[in-house]
Amino acid sequence: MGDHTIDLTVNGTTHSIDVEARMTLADALREECGLTGTHLGCEHGVCGACTVLMDGQPVRACLVFAVQCEGVEISTVEGLARDGQLHPLQQAFWDHHGLQCGFCTPGFLMLAVGALAENPDPSDEEMIEILSSNLCRCTGYQNIVKAVKAAAEHMRS
Amino acid sequence: MSTYIGKSMKRVEDPRFVQGKGRYVANLALPGMIHVAVKRSPFAHARIASIDGSAAEALDGVIAVYTGQDLLDSGVGSLPCGFTPPGIKTPPHHPLAVDKVRHVGDGVAVVVAEDPYVAEDAVDLIRVDYEPLAAVVDARKAMDDGAPLVHDDVEQNLSFHWPLGDADATAHAIESADHVVQLEFSNQRLIPNAMEPRACAAQWDGSTESMTVWTTSQNPHTIRLLLGAFTLGIPEHKLRVISPDVGGGFGSKIFHYAEEVIVPWVARAVGRPAKWVASRSEAFITDAHGRDHVTRAELAVTQDGTFTGLRVTTWANMGAYLSTFAPLIPTALYITLLSGLYKIPAIFGEAYGTMTNTVPVDAYRGAGRPEASYLVETLVDLAARDLGMDPIELRRKNLIAADEFPYQTPVALAYDSGDYQRLFDKAEELSEYGRLRRQQEEARAAGRLVGIGFSGCIEASGPAPSAVAVGLGAAIGLYESGVVRVHPTGKVVVLTGSHSHGQGHETTFAQIVADELGVPIDDVEVVHGDTDRTPYGVGTYGSRSAAIGGSALVKSAEKIRAKLTELAAHLVEASVEDMVYDRETGTISVQGSPETALGFAQLAFALTTADNLPEGMEPGLEATSFYDPANFTFPCSAHVAQVEIDRDTGEVTVVSYAAVDDVGNVVNPMIVEGQILGGIAQGVGQALWEHGMYDDSGQLLAGSMMDYAMPRADGFPPIAVDRIETPSPHNPLGIKGAGEMGTIAGTATISSAVLDALAPLGIRYLEMPLTAEKIHDAIVAATEGGGA
Repeated sequence: MGDHTIDLTVNGTTHSIDVEARMTLADALREECGLTGTHLGCEHGVCGACTVLMDGQPVRACLVFAVQCEGVEISTVEGLARDGQLHPLQQAFWDHHGLQCGFCTPGFLMLAVGALAENPDPSDEEMIEILSSNLCRCTGYQNIVKAVKAAAEHMRS
Repeated sequence: MSTYIGKSMKRVEDPRFVQGKGRYVANLALPGMIHVAVKRSPFAHARIASIDGSAAEALDGVIAVYTGQDLLDSGVGSLPCGFTPPGIKTPPHHPLAVDKVRHVGDGVAVVVAEDPYVAEDAVDLIRVDYEPLAAVVDARKAMDDGAPLVHDDVEQNLSFHWPLGDADATAHAIESADHVVQLEFSNQRLIPNAMEPRACAAQWDGSTESMTVWTTSQNPHTIRLLLGAFTLGIPEHKLRVISPDVGGGFGSKIFHYAEEVIVPWVARAVGRPAKWVASRSEAFITDAHGRDHVTRAELAVTQDGTFTGLRVTTWANMGAYLSTFAPLIPTALYITLLSGLYKIPAIFGEAYGTMTNTVPVDAYRGAGRPEASYLVETLVDLAARDLGMDPIELRRKNLIAADEFPYQTPVALAYDSGDYQRLFDKAEELSEYGRLRRQQEEARAAGRLVGIGFSGCIEASGPAPSAVAVGLGAAIGLYESGVVRVHPTGKVVVLTGSHSHGQGHETTFAQIVADELGVPIDDVEVVHGDTDRTPYGVGTYGSRSAAIGGSALVKSAEKIRAKLTELAAHLVEASVEDMVYDRETGTISVQGSPETALGFAQLAFALTTADNLPEGMEPGLEATSFYDPANFTFPCSAHVAQVEIDRDTGEVTVVSYAAVDDVGNVVNPMIVEGQILGGIAQGVGQALWEHGMYDDSGQLLAGSMMDYAMPRADGFPPIAVDRIETPSPHNPLGIKGAGEMGTIAGTATISSAVLDALAPLGIRYLEMPLTAEKIHDAIVAATEGGGA
């Protein structure tokens, strides 16, 4: 049993959970909140599969402890679609074949959501630099870049 | 005309993936689930003197600690090797080591706990007393006199020797050649790194004495077969293996792994559902690695550039144990591909499969074929340089011509179809090869290191005719199953023995069946990855699914059409020969009498009411086929890349890349292009960055994603992709495999480009990966040593 009772606010819903101080945010989301859309690819902060937003900023959920997240708004892939409508980034990944096995996809989506909120009109170079934060083994990245570019255009219009 | 085949249909699986609803094994949570963690060896080679699990067992929340001896005592068997050519030595591979450990990461004990964090804590409390032994890591040095023996009864660490071809004729060709290009090199070890780490969960049902295993596998039926017949000892009919959504495989999830035995064993021993999920660190030291060859090769050419002979000796690192298909890779998937796209009258190749104190090596995307293409293409480039010829012209001079198919090579394979000159034409056009060479001249004149790389590669995909595979040493046939099940309302469920872990079969197989039957694609659901739902099937690897799994579905759809046609003829009182099945609308009518048309759903329902069927026809509408291919298919590629090297740092920038592939007919161009692009990225990764490097003591130096350089988005320019299509005559869809061509070509092309860039400095050859450090050192040596 955990030593700390915290309120974790994820996608606008508050989860009251008991966690040990050492439990990562990623594990808390997956194991305590049942939100398994956040995936663990490396658990050492390199691959970015577990990327979520903390108050709008992309973070590696494997490098954050759940107890650090009280009073913070967490956003995960499960909160992107609204009223049965895919988020423009989700739609663009689908339209442009920006995924194959789908395992890295939630991390890339959250990375792009956070990055485009900060800069809605990145240059190609800036976009590739941002997307180099995360790893994908299937796509070769070209279609991920295409998808984010298309979504950015759509979101600006 | 087809409605769906050939169209870039968006993938039906994507909405769940983009919403985080993928059903991966690690997500599984069952009531009462317990967690398994594995104690692993930090030594590459050591005797296990004792294991003390008492402190671990005393930890609050720990349920049990088990050792390899516990598994052995309960009758658990050795992990088998499924490809055993004559004379091979197959040392035992216990799921947990019992006498000694043979690689860093070898499992020695497991902890079972209520919580995964506690299980990890307890692993640290297990005390293992090791007596370290000298280790051997190099495939060739493993055979040296006095090298430490990985297995006491495998002399010289030599598991097998596999020769193929005419040694005498090849020796004669080399001895009498105008010119011989010689090269000794290593093709470095790679670590597959599918983004989803492996995971396994299991639930024992005591009431029926049956076991369900969830595992991240590319071939759940194979895993069930091996669990039932070799390792776990629960008979196959009491075993259900489910591989739900799997996050990439690239070969590494083909094999039967220790944890697939341990987790169900624990679930039964404790009587609760159990789960193990690999950390990335565990993935690095337990997932089968790829490549790792040491090779000596000689290509004989005449002064005018005609290839006359090729001789190859390769020492292939098998690692500490023989993984499921390991011996297949440097033999029947490597030596047999040494003819490349060329007419080479005499070829002799031999592989020594050696045991070392490293993680087992097995199939990784391309598997043997990238090694073959890299070897052939590198030698050809060197020959062009030696003879002062353009590398493309030299290749063209030796290409198998379009009218020479089927083409029998001197190394067993008979290529199905192709038009390599046209393939090259298109690659030169797409890449603007002439312009690239002119730009290169200008750049060189300005002192810049710009290189143009070219490769023409071949793959044998879609393994394989079962008789050939078994004849070579495979333990199972390599056909595929496909069921088309039509429900009373005309909705269709497709069951396939293939497995999708990124390939998009739920879309492409639906495209095939919808077209074959003439039904809307939304009426077709594809099911895979569950041994209780799908018939026995072989699974997905070797770029086999569309060609073989797809063909099995075509065969089943043909049976459905035949039954419906016979039924329609009966209902309209016409003869079967007069009936026409319209595959655009899914209706059947008497030729020339559209008013007689009966619809697909209407006929399916007639087989449900079953009150008015032709004599002898059974009710119901379902067909099963097991499709065994007549031959491999032979996709091929011509890729061109331009690179520039920073003279001061040695860093390589890929400036442009053009890929032309022939993968035969294409079901979904978007998906095929995605496979090619992803494949190229992995191929470029081998050429420039990736290296599963060990030190001499057997420590993996690249054991994390901080140390192992994975390709990232900033490593690539926009890649231009195009195709030609020469259909394979060996399957009804005319398909050739598309999954591995990019990887095979990417490696050879980029290596070619880098070596071309360095050629003016007098640098003849550098091994992969072509890292900035290696190139920088070579530039310094070449320029300071007067080599320039």
